[in-house]
Amino acid sequence: MTTVDLKLYQVGTFAAGNRLLPLEDRTVQAHPDRSNSITSGHRACQGCGEVLGARYVLDAAMRATGGDLVAVNATGCLEVFSTPYPESSWQLPWLHSLFGNAPAVASGVAAALRATGRGHTRVVGQAGDGGTVDIGFGALSGMFERNDDVLFVCYDNEGYMNTGVQRSGATPGGARTANTKAIGPEPGNAFGQGKNMPRIAMAHEIPYVATATVADLHDLERKVEKAMTFHGARYLHVLVPCPLGWGSASKDTILLARLAQRSGIFPVFESEGGEVTAVTPIRRRVPVEDYLRPQRRYSHLFGAHPRPDVVARIQAGADRSIARYGLLADSSEK
Amino acid sequence: MDKPFAITLDVGTSRANKTGSWRTERAVYVERQPPCNQACPAGENIQGWLYAAEEGPGADGRGYERAWRTIMADNPFPAIMGRVCYHPCETACNREIVDEAVGINSVERFLGDEAIRQGWTVSVEAPPTGKRVLVVGAGPAGLSAAYHLAMLGHDVTVVDSAPLTGGMMRFGIPAYRLPRDVLDAEVQRIRDLGVHFHLGATVTDLDETIRDGGYDATFLAVGAQVGKRAYLPAGSVSHVLDAVTMLRGLEEGEAPMLGRRVAVYGGGNAAMDAARTARRLGADEAVVIYRRTRDRMPAHEGEVREAQEEGVLFRWLTTITQVDEGSLTVERMELDQSGFPHPTGEFDTLSADALVLALGQDTDLSLLEGMDDIAVRDGVVTVDHELMTGRPGVFAGGDAVPHERSVTVAVGHGRRAARAIDDWLADRAPEPVPHRELADFAMLNTWYYEDAPHQQRSMLEAVRRQSTFDEVVLGLDETTALYEARRCMSCGNCFSCDNCVGVCPDNAVRRLGPPGEYLIDLDYCKGCGLCVAECPAGAIAMVPEEI
Repeated sequence: MTTVDLKLYQVGTFAAGNRLLPLEDRTVQAHPDRSNSITSGHRACQGCGEVLGARYVLDAAMRATGGDLVAVNATGCLEVFSTPYPESSWQLPWLHSLFGNAPAVASGVAAALRATGRGHTRVVGQAGDGGTVDIGFGALSGMFERNDDVLFVCYDNEGYMNTGVQRSGATPGGARTANTKAIGPEPGNAFGQGKNMPRIAMAHEIPYVATATVADLHDLERKVEKAMTFHGARYLHVLVPCPLGWGSASKDTILLARLAQRSGIFPVFESEGGEVTAVTPIRRRVPVEDYLRPQRRYSHLFGAHPRPDVVARIQAGADRSIARYGLLADSSEK
Repeated sequence: MDKPFAITLDVGTSRANKTGSWRTERAVYVERQPPCNQACPAGENIQGWLYAAEEGPGADGRGYERAWRTIMADNPFPAIMGRVCYHPCETACNREIVDEAVGINSVERFLGDEAIRQGWTVSVEAPPTGKRVLVVGAGPAGLSAAYHLAMLGHDVTVVDSAPLTGGMMRFGIPAYRLPRDVLDAEVQRIRDLGVHFHLGATVTDLDETIRDGGYDATFLAVGAQVGKRAYLPAGSVSHVLDAVTMLRGLEEGEAPMLGRRVAVYGGGNAAMDAARTARRLGADEAVVIYRRTRDRMPAHEGEVREAQEEGVLFRWLTTITQVDEGSLTVERMELDQSGFPHPTGEFDTLSADALVLALGQDTDLSLLEGMDDIAVRDGVVTVDHELMTGRPGVFAGGDAVPHERSVTVAVGHGRRAARAIDDWLADRAPEPVPHRELADFAMLNTWYYEDAPHQQRSMLEAVRRQSTFDEVVLGLDETTALYEARRCMSCGNCFSCDNCVGVCPDNAVRRLGPPGEYLIDLDYCKGCGLCVAECPAGAIAMVPEEI
């Protein structure tokens, strides 16, 4: 008889938990006493990926630090829907200042804690993609450069969703937003612009940079826990689909995050000191079309006047990132 | 007011904001019908017992026993089923679409064998009803009915003309497929429930037997033991016998003299049994002659494959026209568009020392003579949905009623009849079976299941198999049985993976404590549907809110 690794559970291997698994092997989210860092009653849209990402990240960070944690938040959806005065959804110390200064404030909080003899308290800075790649970019780069002891998390939903779905430096080519309309010969957002923030963070050669999605909870929590083992500047970039801005069904938020990873559009990897140290290989690869079709922001690429040339361009981008990170290396589905 | 500058309100929690009011649809936990359960002729809760078996030795060390007891609630023969059932459950299994169907049958066999090894038993919990029920026939249908009736508190008497219990399980299925110690062990459990057996006693007049015995109800499960004969012009010395007689004779210790070359006529499972048995009795050559093609053979695929592996030969599209000493005259057939075979006029001669006819079986219903209210059509007894014949209180099942004939179907009839008899005796309407929506593959989110190949049951070496009656398909060991059970995707039923708790953006899914028990907090559920979309098993559904 073949030998069988009984640690491998066939039933729900990738799910949040499993009654057959010892408690310590389940995710934080499946744990009965997770901290619920952001609690019910927030005003995020139905099926919001960002609030899910924030709870995943902060609950994992709370476990990793034994609850000794402060969060600093940039302006954006996450801040607006969680704290309409005088209510708050946050169940951890939480600070908001301005749109563009969250990394600087986080640096300051870390410095203040250290100066007052509370250096054991860890700091997480968080922002959407606008607050990270555009408005907070200079402050973040400075935080990286000084190697301040902050884990900075970007919840990337690829646009300014809070103000009505405008383009950001993280909006992908071809996507329709309020100010990149699906009209003209080059509909949607221009190709060749925008910023690849994880690679920019890596170029700072900070201790730890990682990408993740809300579709792979085990992977995301592991990366948060790992990030908390480092001191100095760390950066985590989490893809969080936005039903409102992407024009997708609220139930498809996790599906789209999964398809982004499976198509190669969103490479999931880790880096230490500027070098890529691990990638999440693609399991069951899909063409980018599977990812694009459920989103209305790409609907102008299909339908009555399809643009296979644009789809091919997006596919070429995914292929490039698959090759760059070797995303098929450990997969049998090359 | 001692608040800071420009602050007028105390800080409050967002929990005051009941976002449940946004909802137009709500998520509800459901228990859908898994396709395996739907397909099981014996009515087993397969998903249910696999769920228990997945726990294996588990925290309390009793996962396998719970699994076995779940099977026993519907079917008293787990070890027999694990050997002779043609497992339509595996054909229906949704996992087939992911990689390969779960080896349900092999897990069932492991559980059945484990019960025999560990000596697990069942006992009658119901108080005695004082009702006496007669069961005619100690085959799978009769024994199953006797078991369920006894468990319901009735006083059951089983009568069979054979000297031993088991019916076709003993006298039709060769020992290499069902070892007799396994059969005896599972029947013994039914004996231990206090069921009376009158073996070697033939019921010739059912009406009289019921009257004389003072039975309150009867289950007729006489099976189909009479081998069909086809008219074949035959020389006086030609050696022709039928498969039922051959297999029964073998069981009774009279190995038939078949010679070196044996031809078997027919394409059903009995033909496979006869041909494989002939090989084991020493025939150099066993050839199955069938008038249609392989894909139209009624025999189950596994049996045909195993027969071929053992060296049984096949002549498709062939009929026998003349039988002589040492040879057969055969004619080649052709299928028309509807698949019906037509003769071609091309003849051939085949050497054969013996011809075994496996052309199907008829039922001997002579015991019903004089009971005009029991209708018999096409040689089988007409029954209603509750398996009751035209005579109130007389029920029938198994091969004696019109249905597909298999051990599993018969066991299912026994169970259904027992429940119907129980209702009839209590003068109670049958409990309506709640309709459960079928758990279709499209309702699952199979991303969450790790890919895993089916654990093949190891085969005895083909050579060894041909010369003995040792069991052919070996069971799973404990580790592989557990592995196989855990491949179950739990279609349509929660297996407690906590994914719904994890994926809710509004923290609106609460775990109540025991595995698989969750509550959706409708104060905060916005009705996004993420828990439904990400439930691996399809155990949550969206239903519209009344607005």
